[in-house]
Amino acid sequence: MRLAFRVLSFLAIVSFLGGQGSAQSRSDGPLQIEINEGIIQLFPIAAPQFIAESSGTTKQAKDITDLILSNLERTGLFKIVPESSHIGKITNFDSPVQFSDWKAINVDVLLTGAVAHGEDGNLVVKIRLHDVFAESSLGQGVLYRGTESNWRRLAHKISDVIYSRITGEGGYFDTRIAFISEFGTKTNRTKRLTIMDYDGANVRFLTDGTSLILAPRFSPEGNELIYTSYRTGKPSVFRLNLRNGRETRVLDTPDMTFSPRFSPDGKNVMFSRTTRGNTDIYETNLSTNEARRITRNRAIDTAPTYSPDGKSIAFESDRSGTTQIYTMNLRGGNVSRISFGEGTYGTPVWSPRGDYIAFTKQVGNIFHVGVMLADGTEERLLSRSFLDEGPTWAPNGRVLLFFREEPGERGGPSLYSVDLTGRNLTKLDTPNFASDPTWSPLR
Amino acid sequence: MKLLRILSLIGCLLLIAGCGANTITRGSAVNTGSGDDTGDDFTGIEDSVIDTESEYAYFSKDYFDYEIGDRVFFALNESALSNEAKEILIEQADWLQRNSDTTITIEGHADERGTREYNLALGARRSEAVRTFLLQQGVDAVRMSTVSYGKERPFAACSDETCWSKNRRVVTLIEETAGS
Repeated sequence: MRLAFRVLSFLAIVSFLGGQGSAQSRSDGPLQIEINEGIIQLFPIAAPQFIAESSGTTKQAKDITDLILSNLERTGLFKIVPESSHIGKITNFDSPVQFSDWKAINVDVLLTGAVAHGEDGNLVVKIRLHDVFAESSLGQGVLYRGTESNWRRLAHKISDVIYSRITGEGGYFDTRIAFISEFGTKTNRTKRLTIMDYDGANVRFLTDGTSLILAPRFSPEGNELIYTSYRTGKPSVFRLNLRNGRETRVLDTPDMTFSPRFSPDGKNVMFSRTTRGNTDIYETNLSTNEARRITRNRAIDTAPTYSPDGKSIAFESDRSGTTQIYTMNLRGGNVSRISFGEGTYGTPVWSPRGDYIAFTKQVGNIFHVGVMLADGTEERLLSRSFLDEGPTWAPNGRVLLFFREEPGERGGPSLYSVDLTGRNLTKLDTPNFASDPTWSPLR
Repeated sequence: MKLLRILSLIGCLLLIAGCGANTITRGSAVNTGSGDDTGDDFTGIEDSVIDTESEYAYFSKDYFDYEIGDRVFFALNESALSNEAKEILIEQADWLQRNSDTTITIEGHADERGTREYNLALGARRSEAVRTFLLQQGVDAVRMSTVSYGKERPFAACSDETCWSKNRRVVTLIEETAGS
């Protein structure tokens, strides 16, 4: 009971913070939103190092425990109670827990785990969550098996279970980020398509840098990327199958095509196409390869994004004289402008939950990443710098990634994550300058 | 010697004002190639750069790039051609008419202020504005292709208006033809 109450109040705090920003955004006068770095009560959790149940698994047990705790800590929602403060010791995964030992150090949830080698040589990881104050298990125990080399994924999967049980929302740890690695001087950058785990591990370059590559997006299944490449000499939309490495062009045309995005069912791709200098939005069915024009306007119409139900499109257009965000239906009808604040708005990205649209906003010489509801209300800015751009959502719609470019000759871009509430702004480690992130679905 | 000539041409470019046809001569002492001797012996002597191309300089890519100017500039978020840009493009068109075996790629660029997608579209608008103007001036459409680089290929790297104004540009790139 008590845990359920605490979890509810924890989520309420998160929503309340959201509400605060929105209250400010709806006040009279020019739109002026303070970035709210509000303090919430962190959720205390303890996880003694997992038990190594078979010989030779001590290192794996330690690594997996550490990675799970690191994942939880990175969310900015949990307080990890360190092992040095623990009174109780867990020596056997199946022994009853002495809840008083954990109550005494104010832990709400205790995580216990064990690592062993299965008969097939694979790692077997078991965990249990305990509600300390209710003195009971929090759900069933969970068991995952995987090869030794996949130990990080095992830890991520378990982290997703823990996050989900405690917050009631989907996790985002067993995911990957595709982005663009940038090399060379500012006036002559080489750009390589790159992929890594959500936490920066396992970086792989997917292209060699011969052609400029821009703005990749994951397919809904996570097994394909779609992006703009200069491989033909001018910007064209290509898709890359990550399973077989095949790169194919989406629409064979001498026109420039760019800013692609998969439909939620993965069957269509929406993108911008420029004919005689005029940029409109088109959709191509991937099985018939037929292009359908959606906007017909002398303005620049670009950066289309589908709503998660596939029925609406948000996009940016300068048809009003400045760049703003609009929504429309799949036929290009029912066009409605949703951004009305000071400055210009671009790169709308619909949240996987369907509630918010993330965007890039420029006011004078400052750029922000922000969110607003799909009807344009409750605008909230989450970041602010010389150049913040290109938001992408975690699959649970609670965290965003974007890139921030430092000014000057030696300046370059880096990836940042931030909560939907504007909290927990964190720079991600990448081996090189990094831009244009896209977050995969949960694997 | 070739380097010197290019340097002097770049000098013209930096001064923006079109340099006259006599820019292949320089009034100051120059390095004759025998060390660092730029001493008094040379003051007051007009030193000519010997260049076998000078007699038909007009028909060189260098003339197009540096004498006429291979690029025109734009105001923030604009794709309209200024009068200054039009004057340059009229000269470009004239040169292209008289060098009729050349083809060109018209590259549109934007400064770094703005999103990647918008700048790609803006670069395309700018290159199309130049293409249309050159077409009106009589350059055959089949000789021209366009490409937008958005903010991907800045010319100047600093992060203020002095560089941004140089980056909001369209560059007319001459494809070298055989024998040139």
